Amino acid sequence: MLVGIWMSFIALTQFFIANWSQAPFVGLDNYKIAVNFSGSIGQALLHSFTVSILYTVIVVGLAWVFGMSAAAVLQNGFRGRGGLRTLFLVPYSLPIYAGVITWSFMLQRDNGLVNHVLVSNLHILGSSPFWLIGNNAFFSMAIVALWRSWPFAFLMIMAGMQSIPDEVYQAASVDGASIWQQLRHITLGMLRPVNVVLILMLFLWTFNDFNTPFVLFGATPPPSADLISIHIYDNSFINWNFGLGAAMSVLLLLFLLVVTGTYLLITNRRSRRA
Amino acid sequence: MHEPRSFRIFRVVVVVVLGLFTLVPLYVMVTSSIKPLGDVQGDFTWWPSHPTLSPFIDMWSTVPLARYFVNSLIVSVVSTAFSVLIAIFAAYAVSRYRFFGRRIFTGTVLATQMFPGILFLLPLFLIFVNIDKTLGFTLLYQTRFGLIVTYLTFSLPFSIWMLASYLEGIPRELDEAARVDGCRTLGTLFRVVLPAARPGVIAVAVYAFMTAWGEILFASQMTNDATKTLSIGLQNYSTQINVYWNQIMAASLVVSVPVVVAFLLLQKYLVAGLTSGSVK
Repeated sequence: MLVGIWMSFIALTQFFIANWSQAPFVGLDNYKIAVNFSGSIGQALLHSFTVSILYTVIVVGLAWVFGMSAAAVLQNGFRGRGGLRTLFLVPYSLPIYAGVITWSFMLQRDNGLVNHVLVSNLHILGSSPFWLIGNNAFFSMAIVALWRSWPFAFLMIMAGMQSIPDEVYQAASVDGASIWQQLRHITLGMLRPVNVVLILMLFLWTFNDFNTPFVLFGATPPPSADLISIHIYDNSFINWNFGLGAAMSVLLLLFLLVVTGTYLLITNRRSRRA
Repeated sequence: MHEPRSFRIFRVVVVVVLGLFTLVPLYVMVTSSIKPLGDVQGDFTWWPSHPTLSPFIDMWSTVPLARYFVNSLIVSVVSTAFSVLIAIFAAYAVSRYRFFGRRIFTGTVLATQMFPGILFLLPLFLIFVNIDKTLGFTLLYQTRFGLIVTYLTFSLPFSIWMLASYLEGIPRELDEAARVDGCRTLGTLFRVVLPAARPGVIAVAVYAFMTAWGEILFASQMTNDATKTLSIGLQNYSTQINVYWNQIMAASLVVSVPVVVAFLLLQKYLVAGLTSGSVK
């Protein structure tokens, strides 16, 4: 990792790959280029950053809602509960590329399932849109990521729910609390420590997500789906500017450290007060 | 417990929506893998015009799938084996002995989960290329060995952490009893503690295997045509003149089934391992 930080200070381009120790030291120049938001590289980085934030908020939020709903309805036994639980875990256990490739087949314009259902079966849309290029690519990517990540939320929340003692619910029932009130006041409250960790993990995975766009779009995704990890990857391996790529990685790391630190500080303080 | 009508309706909605969302891609994967090529090139069909197993045969010749398969298998199995072996010793040390830097160690392990892979890719790439240049032959860059080393670096920390939290749950009295009976440290570990920790070890092995089997980012830069793994190799079906979607789906199915089955069979252990650290 120290090598990575060192790399960010030197002008490491394709000319110096073979003997990189001779690459000229340029100090903070790589950083200046990366954060100069009026220049084209800085602008692209800022754009990619915005896309990543939006993507993370949507995917993490929905993954939590889905996971929470599924865990809540599967909490009390009913027939087929075990089967559903197993089914919900399949997307999570599938190798990433296998799942995402299937989605990319479904999202094809001419022979995919999505357009078949929307255009031919339901007649919602008149003509077949492209899902993997242009602005639609962002939503396609978010849905695929959601498909993969919500089972993890489900898994964690379910494990958390099992550690809530039954007596608490019984006491609440005796006091006349409805199931909705119990969910809101008991389950959500007792799940707080699990949720704190879960949201953080989902945030880090989603924000750094490389696999979903890479399998869906290849090495150069459409601008609307240009997540930060793949943006850095492109700058390093397609444009062969490793110094710049390393500078961006270090900036990303600083951002993650600040966000995680702040998050943990806030959640710790609140739980201490409660 | 009494369930009001609203909750029942909510349950039906959740189960149907999430069930379909989960199931449809899996259904597409399975049915498309038995479609003839014509079916996957035209408008989408819910059922193959005439089911055929030929994609499962043709997929081996369209791209060198067998080679990718062997590469993936070697890399995953070897990195899993080392991961488990090293994790056993390290986790035992972390859970049974108090030593300087123990807390720092567990902190660092968690921190590695947080860093994006891309941050390690660039330095690792340079280090590999330059070690090879110094040695005069390719040992690491774009070799299976290099990939194994890479995967070890990121599956190991989490494996140790997972196994250590499992070992914490095994009473220390067991160790002491073994010691009284004349076992040395290693004997205690292998004869007494490990048999008791088998579920934990299995969980770690499955985790390490799944990590290596599904990894994409490093495989995309650290392999060449000869050492390519499945995660990258599967994309080759779409760079041909035709896109053999039926074969892609067949190949995806074949590479997924072992992992999914293993995960589902062992989910009890895995879930306990994955969640133990964070729920506590």
